[in-house]
Amino acid sequence: MVQASSVEIRGVNKFYGPFQALKDIDMSIAPGKVTCLIGPSGSGKSTLLRCINFLEEYDSGEVRIDGQLIGYEAPGRKMSARKLRAMRRSIGMVFQQFNLWPHMTAIQNVTEGLVRVRGMKKPEAEARAAEALNKVGLGDKMGNHPSRLSGGQQQRVAIARAIAMEPRLMLFDEPTSALDPELVGEVLTVMKTLAAEGMTMVVVTHEMGFAAHVADQVAFMEKGELVGMDIPDRILHQPEDPRIQGFLRSYHERNSF
Amino acid sequence: MEWQILEQYGPMLLRGFGLTIMCWLLGTVFSMALGLLIALAQRHGPTPLRWLLQAYIEVIRGTPFLVQLFVLYYGGPLVGLRLDAVPAGLLGLTIYGSPYFAEIFRSGFRAVPIGQIEAARAIGMPEHVIIRRVLLPVALVSALPALVNFSIILTKETVILSIITVPELMYQVQRMSTETFRYLEANLVLALFFWLLVETISRFGRKLETRITHYLIERP
Ligand SMILES: Nc1ncnc2c1ncn2[C@@H]1O[C@H](COP(=O)(O)OP(=O)(O)OP(=O)(O)O)[C@@H](O)[C@H]1O
Ligand SMILES: [Mg+2]
Repeated sequence: MVQASSVEIRGVNKFYGPFQALKDIDMSIAPGKVTCLIGPSGSGKSTLLRCINFLEEYDSGEVRIDGQLIGYEAPGRKMSARKLRAMRRSIGMVFQQFNLWPHMTAIQNVTEGLVRVRGMKKPEAEARAAEALNKVGLGDKMGNHPSRLSGGQQQRVAIARAIAMEPRLMLFDEPTSALDPELVGEVLTVMKTLAAEGMTMVVVTHEMGFAAHVADQVAFMEKGELVGMDIPDRILHQPEDPRIQGFLRSYHERNSF
Repeated sequence: MEWQILEQYGPMLLRGFGLTIMCWLLGTVFSMALGLLIALAQRHGPTPLRWLLQAYIEVIRGTPFLVQLFVLYYGGPLVGLRLDAVPAGLLGLTIYGSPYFAEIFRSGFRAVPIGQIEAARAIGMPEHVIIRRVLLPVALVSALPALVNFSIILTKETVILSIITVPELMYQVQRMSTETFRYLEANLVLALFFWLLVETISRFGRKLETRITHYLIERP
């Protein structure tokens, strides 16, 4: 079992110029729970996710990891870069586009953070990296550069890169959206393992099956608003809000034949 | 044509060529380094510094090297900057080349997918480590052809150093020409040496390119 973080989001607003991308978002995520963010394109899912590790700076409100405010010392006063980095060390992130470093092999991608951020010695880092890569089923591809890996393998390396840092919280931004359909499963399998180990996870996804079976709660966003958040069954099977119903209807239309 | 003349002038021409190579090499290394610093300062520095550097880039790119060199060598002493010909030439090359290299690095940085930088930030990597370990190596891949290309252009700018009496190849060729009136032979030697130099650099550049980009070539 991993040591897992809690996330508290209170009244978060985010503007891009005059455009409001997040409107007064409140969300609580208990340690070890999996939260899926769903909603139409442009609804602010990525923006909200990226506010959690402060890759995106929210303008007002609070995001707290284990009770500690991230990004700000106090409302309006920015946190020092050093402190922010220290907080990010325990938050893993996985991107839609994998974002592996192309000039490094799979294992180098994983050791990099261990050596440069955690200050580990190289042999120790390599042992840890090999362990993480084995865990995602890539023990035999450690010497490959990303260009010599399939999309699914690249995404699993990206997950290994994150978990090797021993995060207490993992953020996923549409981790399977860039993958060919036959490669989606291998990535979801790894994510399910992480969830079963008790990792706190926030997952932006269009994989309704994953949301239905793995998530503890599903949050639906539209136009920067959090429309509803509940256990999967109540959001995905008996939604009361017409906006969620509409979204799911068009989802089912697209995915039936 | 009378090539016997080379017996007399050959050693001088070779020395000149040696100095040309040295000036080019050091000039390229210094201006590339300065260009990199400028590009980094433009990416990370405070706004006033960025404006200043942008102005520097515009001014240097907007004036001929010849003029810059004249100002530096003959105008320098007026403000207390008294340099010998070779150091002045090297400083001139450094100043002249730096804005072009800065622009090459800048577009190289822009070609780095932001996600790769964010992936490094997300694990808590400090910005200066990100520059060294992610930004530069990834940018270098796309910038390398342009870097080699401008280095080749710089070989030909070295001939202008003859104006301020740097005894490089052009200087020696001109001396041989005026002393013997063998303009054709002298300039053929000049052309041959430059062709040799440029050919060597571009071969080396291509080698470097395949080495640096080997991992990008997809082999399914
Ligand atoms: N850097 C930016 N500048 C201006 N507007 C932005 C920026 N980033 C995002 N937006 C806008 O904010 C809104 C929310 O974007 P976001 O990426 O969070 O949506 P999303 O729900 O993740 O969508 P998708 O499913 O397409 O990824 C969109 O309307 C988008 O156009
Ligand atoms: Mg998104």
